[in-house]
Parts: sequence; C-alpha cells; structure tokens
Amino acid sequence: MRFDNLLASVGGTPLIGLPRLSPGAQPNGTEVRIWAKLEDRNPTGSIKDRPAMRMIEQAEQDGLLRPGCTILEPTSGNTGISLAMAAKLKGYRLVCVMPENTSEERRLLLRMWGAEIVSSPAAGGSNEAVRVAKKVAEEHPDWVMLYQYGNAANALAHEEGTGPEILADLPEITHFVAGLGTTGTLMGVSRFFRGAKPEVRIVAAEPRYGELVYGLRNLDEGFVPELYDASLIDSRFSVGPRDAVRRVRELLELEGIFAGISTGAILHAAMGQAAKAVKAGESADIAFVVADAGWKYLSTGAYEGTIDEAEDRLEGQLWA
Amino acid sequence: MAIEVRIPTILRTYTNGEKAVNAEGATLSALIADLEANHPGIGDRLLDDGDLRRFVNVYVNDEDVRFIGGLEAALNDGDQVVVLPAVAGG
Repeated sequence: MRFDNLLASVGGTPLIGLPRLSPGAQPNGTEVRIWAKLEDRNPTGSIKDRPAMRMIEQAEQDGLLRPGCTILEPTSGNTGISLAMAAKLKGYRLVCVMPENTSEERRLLLRMWGAEIVSSPAAGGSNEAVRVAKKVAEEHPDWVMLYQYGNAANALAHEEGTGPEILADLPEITHFVAGLGTTGTLMGVSRFFRGAKPEVRIVAAEPRYGELVYGLRNLDEGFVPELYDASLIDSRFSVGPRDAVRRVRELLELEGIFAGISTGAILHAAMGQAAKAVKAGESADIAFVVADAGWKYLSTGAYEGTIDEAEDRLEGQLWA
Repeated sequence: MAIEVRIPTILRTYTNGEKAVNAEGATLSALIADLEANHPGIGDRLLDDGDLRRFVNVYVNDEDVRFIGGLEAALNDGDQVVVLPAVAGG
C-alpha cells in the first residue's frame, strides 16, 4: 500500500480472527466467532487518528483553522497524540488539557510531537479536563477547541470509515463492541450499521475506574458527551480494571495481540456477548475494537505480576 | 432477598460512610424505595421527577439499567447493583 503522506494512511486497519478465544463451532451446528479490529495500526498507534484527522479537516474546510492557529483540546491521551502529530505536519500549535493521573508515556509522546500540556486535577478525571479546557477556551477566544465530545466529525470518521471497513471484511457481522469514552466510535459505527445492516447489535464497554476518578463532585455535575445518543446503543456494560487486565492478558497469551488496557475491557464485553450467543444456541460474528497497543501502559504495571497486584496498581489511574 | 448496592463516595453521607449496603426489591424502583426507607434522602439524589437522574448511572451485574428496563429492571437475589456518577473518557 502506498500513500502520499502519513496523514493519508489513516484507517484501512486489519480485522483479525481470534481462533483460540472464540467459542467456535458448537454441537448444534452454530458457530460463534470473535474478530479484532486492530486500530493500533494507525499512524500514531490508536483509533483516535481517525476522529483527529476528520475534525481537523472539517475545521479547515469551515475556515476555523488557518496556518499558525492554536488548537486546544481536553484529552486523556490518545486524541491528543493524534492531534499533535497532525498539528506538527500541518503547522498548528497544540495545547492539550490532560488529567494528571494519566500514564507518563502519554505525556512523553505528546511532548515529543511538540504539544504543550496543561494538567487538570486527578480527582474527577476527564470531567475535570473538559471543565478546565472550557475555561482556557474562554481566556483565549482565538484558539480553536475541536472538542471531541461534541464534534460531529468525530462520529462521522467512524460512520464513513470504521463501519464500512468492518462490513466489507465481515458481511456476516452480528455484533459490534467498542469502548465508550467520547462515544464517537459507537455513535458513528452504529449510524452506519443502522442504515446498512440494522440487525447488528451495538454494544458499549465503559471503563469503571477507582473511586478517586469519580471525585467528590455533586451528582448534578456529571458529564455525558453531547455526541451521545442512547438510542444508537443496544447494551452498555461497565468493566472494572480486574476484568480488563485479565482479558488483555488472555489476548496476549492466547492470540499474541499486545493491546492497551481499555481493549481488555472491550474484549470482556465481547466475550460476554459470545457466551450469550452460545447459551442461546445462535451463531454470532462479533467484531470488537483494539483501540491501541500496550506500549503506553507498560509503566502502569498491568502486564506483570498477579492480577491482584495489577488491579492495585491501577487504582486511581485513568487506565482507559 | 438481599442485593448488594455499591454507593459512590458522594452519597455515603446517607449510608454512614458505608461503601456498600444491602437492600431489597424485585425491581430497581422497589430497591430504591427500600434504600430510601433505610437511608432517608438518598432516593432524591438518584431520582428526578420519577426517573433516574441524568448524571447517575446504575448497573445491575455490570449492565447499564437504562438498556434493561430502567427503573423497572428486574432484580434477583445475589445481584450486585453499582451506582456511579457519569464521567467522560477520550
């Protein structure tokens, strides 16, 4: 495959079968298979390259972004890293607002691509990063906040890219499982399938962090991304660090895929759907998203020692 | 019938600081009524105008209740209910 430049190579990621983790052929003649969409094969190593490029292109088309502009974005890491790469190639300055309890690797990568980082308090996680970014945006009205949580181009990247790619590779798909953060992946892919193959079940896996992340805030100050439309989702699961770590290790051990911790949470939900299909005696082809690889999370300690130790180390960290 | 309900930090003022309490109910609605009877005030923090508050997420055995019947979601002995504030990702 040949591309004019790195930015043009976003997407077109492989869909990989998991013969050892899939329940496979059943005695009643049905078959349940699980497929991994390897989004770590994007230029900066995560699925966020898709929405980041799409949001920048849209802002350029709309005349919001011009050479020399400053982009501002609240991000727990991957979106920031994608934006930083694109900003460097396109000549923009990038300021990321990031919770202080995110992994050191993410900060190193952001700085490497030339982004400036404003830290937001650990308590409250990404909610707090969003709040701080909105305040910074008020102080700098000339900066352009792409705002992944409410930017339609985020979901559109998946409606036009991720969804069609999966259907082309797996016409027999029955379930799509992805992580719920900005909700962009699920909203976009769901909109695509609701049109192209409405019987595909859309399943969300939401990371459940330690108590510190949920903060001491009033329940009225919670956050639901503006992009979120509950009618586009069929089930939604909360997955804690223990199940996420267990699954991410199984993925490595049994299928050789080295994924980030959030992918463990997504796989856990996918395996749940697979077990349900087996119990119901139905065939299923379940595609799930490998959001990124494990490199950025090595320092979290998720990949070594016992599951108990890994779970303890992840307490208080934004691991997804 | 005992169902374990995990309480978020912000609501522990109603449960004497307890992280988890036992409650009863065949539906989420009945469970919240039982919680309110034993921990007065907590119901109002979970419900608004007869529905779950927008920024409150409730999970039964890790599944979001909004996709399994909402307040009418059926509960069984031994289920675990988790209450969490909505947070951002990304």
